[in-house]
Amino acid sequence: MHVVVFTRSTPDTAAKVVVDDNGNVTWGDAGLVVNPWDEYALEEAILQAKSGGGKATVVAIGPEAHNDALKHSLAMGLNEAVRVEDEALDPFDSLHYATAAAGAVNKMGDVDLVIFGKESIDVGTDQHAYQTARKLGWTMLSYVSRILDVDYAAGTIRVERMLEQGKQIVTSRLPAVMTVMKDINEPRYPSFIGIRKAAKAQIPVWSLAELGVDVPAKGVEIVAYKNLPVRETECEMLEGTPQEQAAALVEKLLEEKVL
Amino acid sequence: MSAVFAWVETFKGAANPTSWEALGAGRTLADGLGVPLVALILGENAEAVAKQAGEYGADKAIVCEDATLHGFRLEPYAALLTKLVQDNSPAVVIAVGTSRGRELLAASAADTDSGMITEALELSLDGNKVVATRPAYAGKVLSEVRSSGEGTLFLTIRGRAFKPNELNSGASIDIEKVDAVLSEDDIATKIESFEEETGTVNLTDAAIIVSGGRGMANNPKPAPDGVEDATVWKAQDGFANVIQPLADVLGAAVGASRAAVDAGFIPYAHQVGQTGKVVSPDLYIACGISGAIQHQAGMRSSKVIVAINKDPEAPIFKLARYGIVGDLYEVVPALTEELKKRLGK
Repeated sequence: MHVVVFTRSTPDTAAKVVVDDNGNVTWGDAGLVVNPWDEYALEEAILQAKSGGGKATVVAIGPEAHNDALKHSLAMGLNEAVRVEDEALDPFDSLHYATAAAGAVNKMGDVDLVIFGKESIDVGTDQHAYQTARKLGWTMLSYVSRILDVDYAAGTIRVERMLEQGKQIVTSRLPAVMTVMKDINEPRYPSFIGIRKAAKAQIPVWSLAELGVDVPAKGVEIVAYKNLPVRETECEMLEGTPQEQAAALVEKLLEEKVL
Repeated sequence: MSAVFAWVETFKGAANPTSWEALGAGRTLADGLGVPLVALILGENAEAVAKQAGEYGADKAIVCEDATLHGFRLEPYAALLTKLVQDNSPAVVIAVGTSRGRELLAASAADTDSGMITEALELSLDGNKVVATRPAYAGKVLSEVRSSGEGTLFLTIRGRAFKPNELNSGASIDIEKVDAVLSEDDIATKIESFEEETGTVNLTDAAIIVSGGRGMANNPKPAPDGVEDATVWKAQDGFANVIQPLADVLGAAVGASRAAVDAGFIPYAHQVGQTGKVVSPDLYIACGISGAIQHQAGMRSSKVIVAINKDPEAPIFKLARYGIVGDLYEVVPALTEELKKRLGK
């Protein structure tokens, strides 16, 4: 069996991200890390490949900066890595992304399961995962918090999903695309040997022509990035005993009409 | 028919509390584009919900009550939405960006090679192009995104970012019934069970959220003998017996910082922040939360923020409208008592 997991490099979660005077998004000298949601997807791919007796491949769509995430993935224990890059491809456009991602999965040919992290923090969305499933014509299993049963030979899967109203258990068929939630596993840290091995890895790059796909016209474009509006940060400190502070706060909240 | 289609999400035959916001934002776009606003309602009880949609400002409703649509599943919902889009070429399909709204619209956008904007916080029109402001980089910056004005734009809005239309009781609505596209045999995914969390308020719908952080560990109540981890027990006890009573008196949802979740104080479903839920309630009360940048990313758009923290230097005070420097285990019970008195509960 063969599991594919998608990842990307994003600014470190603790980084202060701002828009500079030229309108570019910057994060100072903070490094790039694996998109935080993807760590769970990468761990699950390793676990599934092991229990299913198969292999796990990690894929990134976009420029060379994503090699950081791919090398981290290899160091964690993913078997193979590949990157898709093409001049015609805008990896921030979800339809472009999904078209390329589905093309890469189809090129591999033998894939049973595709795993994504819940969302990508740079683009701030999860739409590319659902769209990859649709471009493949596969079942989509979103917000998976546990894989309860999976039989790669029979092509059946049973998972627990975490939704706003509670936990749902569904059965479905493989091949499938899934997004995984944070509580599905405990991601491992790369081993020292893994890091050394990954540092030397040559990561193949596939073009759209090699995937045999064309990207569609873009339906939306990012016009500009903006900094968040400055919050009125005048914090009014409430003094006194806890009872006095509580009474003063309730008074203020009634005035604000938020109760 | 050019139109704005708005998906009114339902759960067990009733509209979600935020669903009418899709009609609110949709109404403005439909008026600006000079086209009708059409509510799409799928699943059990759709016709009754359609009548409500009329009262919330829809001009027309398209409904399907087929048994395959009882309980949301992506395959039958997306197949039907895609067909409706192909048949009617609406200018915009809008929905609230819930877990289901995001995946349904993304799927049909892919099926029809259409553009999509998610998590819109503000919307305007530039001719027939939709311009949206949405968060990027985990909410640390904003991006302005514009549609091409050609084909259909799929658009999800952040819950609680737009207001519903004024309720116009008794307004009539033209209802069109359509057939499902897939039959049960075509659908791979079967729902085996659904364990609902009853009695808790959904974080993303909540008007008020009370959250606890690392400071929950400072519970003065001694842990009983034989407890494996006294710190975890104290914090869990604090969430159950200090935070929850305040949430109950306010009708609020309970949130938590990543530090509290990672330490095992409370399940992940309560996490607010960069790798948790993004919320924008009217009132956010942060108890024992320092306010790391990752937490701020999830709650900074709250209307009024209250911070209760022992450390006067905690970054959360820079974001807060009202601050109380003190022990949450003294302040929160006092606040609960005061609210009971003032709100007459």
